[in-house]
Amino acid sequence: MIARLLRTTPTRALVLLGLLLALLLLAPMALDRYLVSVFILVFWFAYVGQAWNVMMGFAGLLSLGHALYVGLGAYVAAALFVKLGVGPWAGLWLSALLSVAVGAAIGWLGFRFRIEGVYFSLLTIAFAEVARIGFDHLGWAGGAAGLFLPVSSEGGAWWNLRGGPLFFYYLALTMAAGAFLLCAALRHSRLGYRWLAVREDAEAARALGIDVFRARMAAVVISAGLTSLGGVFYAFYYNNLFPGPVFDISRSIEMILAPIIGGVGTLFGPVLGAFILTPLGEALIAITNAVGLNAPGTKAVFYGVCLMVIVILAPNGLWPALKRRLGIPEEKA
Amino acid sequence: MLAVEKLDLFYGDAQALDGVSLDVPEGAIVAIVGANGAGKTSLIRAIAGMLRPARGAILWKGRDIAGQPSHVVCNLGVGQVAEGRQVFPTLSVRENLLMGSLLPRAKARRAQNLERMYALFPRLKERHDQAAGTLSGGEQQMLAIARCLMGEPELVMFDEPSLGLSPAMVQQVLATVADLNKSGLTCVLVEQNVAVSLRLASQAYVLENGRVTLSGPGVELLEDDRVRQAYLGL
Repeated sequence: MIARLLRTTPTRALVLLGLLLALLLLAPMALDRYLVSVFILVFWFAYVGQAWNVMMGFAGLLSLGHALYVGLGAYVAAALFVKLGVGPWAGLWLSALLSVAVGAAIGWLGFRFRIEGVYFSLLTIAFAEVARIGFDHLGWAGGAAGLFLPVSSEGGAWWNLRGGPLFFYYLALTMAAGAFLLCAALRHSRLGYRWLAVREDAEAARALGIDVFRARMAAVVISAGLTSLGGVFYAFYYNNLFPGPVFDISRSIEMILAPIIGGVGTLFGPVLGAFILTPLGEALIAITNAVGLNAPGTKAVFYGVCLMVIVILAPNGLWPALKRRLGIPEEKA
Repeated sequence: MLAVEKLDLFYGDAQALDGVSLDVPEGAIVAIVGANGAGKTSLIRAIAGMLRPARGAILWKGRDIAGQPSHVVCNLGVGQVAEGRQVFPTLSVRENLLMGSLLPRAKARRAQNLERMYALFPRLKERHDQAAGTLSGGEQQMLAIARCLMGEPELVMFDEPSLGLSPAMVQQVLATVADLNKSGLTCVLVEQNVAVSLRLASQAYVLENGRVTLSGPGVELLEDDRVRQAYLGL
């Protein structure tokens, strides 16, 4: 699998990827604590964007409720840890399992009853909203008052995902790189080809003997499982969980901006998008504060303007345009 | 090879096929002729497993496949080139072809089949890197046919393969069908170009309002007054 990827990926792309990875591995030596935290966010958004892209970019299924899987993953692992003393490395399996099950249920409902296109997207929103309201009233998991993970001054053990910023930096980097590799492998697998066919024209795919239902279910299940691991990371990095912010639709939207800006359906798009949007948001906060524009929403207005400019200039995302600039050909045959 | 027996198919309350029976012997070209809405496409889609018939049997090599999903039917060797070409527009020609070889029956010989298609359709080889949506109508039809053949079908149902093509291209597409048949492929042909398809066909069926109203060797139907009046305008 890896060998095939290495063979089919253009050399120039491999070199650039290698350089980027090396740079990011060494970067913490030059970064202060704040910048490390920004990079952690970048990696996190690259990771969940990649996971979302499996559904939207590969299989053409628009999920607007991916916060659901982040939230489920986060809550399951955190609650197991806080209430039952189960460590995250064990808990993440249950997190993934539950998200996969919920994803499968949504997919089954949607595909079995032919809820297609935007109506499927509405279904994903509905499930995320139900989860948000449900967790608000779930006293065992803290309800609206939130669920808190114990924080000790000496940091704690890495096997409990307790650690300092550098630990989370490398963990997030590993996750983002791993998701990138996995998605690259999936994209070039037979399943990946099925997804593309279904995305392009589901009826034509069916006429060719592709099991459209199974292909779509596979996309939802893989995407949900991956996203839930992002949730586990979220819980142990932030140490607190509130149903409102975790499951809110604004978080679902935030998660999908990076792959959209970077290029839906591309492998590097989610990564590029995260590298642009997260620092952009941080910079806008700093700039608006510095010039004294402290009215609420100022940052959001400028952020929105920037998004519009990007979308107008590169309607297919920035990566396809940048790829041409860098002289990276389409894949080797 | 393929036998359809007393097939009934409904869209809700509307009956699209009413007791349709037909027989496709191995190595034949069987033409299906009829006006718009007569049920030609419905029949093909029912055989292909894309529509579920209410009653009747579809026997493929003696085994009833009625109601089986399309991915099962395709993998048994029943291919179709759907109406309107349906290539994947943003994918390259090569990727489109590979999409046809995802069937378990054909996956092992993907590379050989790709070379075979390039030999059969040199235009596709020339344009293997190009997005399929940028091909001409005739080239897209060739691509749709080649993509279907990548799945190594034993029978291919062509639904209006010459629809919307230039006259020269129509000849070429129909000649391709005839050539494929000569090389051993069993064909079901639905064509608006009734005269040509009847001349090609060893056996033909006339569908009217979901019923088979006439059948016989193609050349015989060509001489039939009703056919000449209704479909050939003579």
